[in-house]
Amino acid sequence: MIAAAIIALLITLALTLIRAFLGPNIYDQILAVNSFGTKTVLLIVVGGHALGWFSYVDIALMYALVNFVGTLAVMRFFEQYNPQGEQS
Amino acid sequence: MIIEILSDMCLLFGGIFTLTGAIGLLRLPNFFTRLHAASVTESLAAPLLIVGIILDTGFTLDSAKLVLIIIIMVVANPTITHALCRAAAHGGVNPDMDTKNNEISQSKTETEISAKELK
Repeated sequence: MIAAAIIALLITLALTLIRAFLGPNIYDQILAVNSFGTKTVLLIVVGGHALGWFSYVDIALMYALVNFVGTLAVMRFFEQYNPQGEQS
Repeated sequence: MIIEILSDMCLLFGGIFTLTGAIGLLRLPNFFTRLHAASVTESLAAPLLIVGIILDTGFTLDSAKLVLIIIIMVVANPTITHALCRAAAHGGVNPDMDTKNNEISQSKTETEISAKELK
């Protein structure tokens, strides 16, 4: 079942990347990148356990924290951003 | 034996929920519906997958760190979703309602009400 979970996570990463390149809005792209980071953490945990890596959990923990803080920073930067230059 | 079956079930359902969230993220028509699909399935799939790995490793230091990852994800995902929805609403993304069906239903109810009043 670990192989099935890894395959599902890889297909999920591919579909999320399609949305990140295809997204019509900047917020769609931020959402897709955040979802990609979360699924990467899950892939590190599941694949590291399946392949028997050494101390994979620390890498996953650090990547989860970096993903959270980075998404919040990018979102604060784009909160008042408007492509047409209009003030909403 | 039972723990192995439980771990396999958790991994299988976690994979199914991740796939559902990705298909919703790719196929749904509006930004807010895509946000809903991504965030709700993430909040369920991530703890399921990590609990499956915890049941497979057993009681070690790695399982404690995995519990910490679950706590971080459960706290971070709704925060990110709320902040992203608020940023999109401030940035000018309007929730695009299906106005045609609403108008049709409204006109139907209005005609029904007027017919009742006439009677």
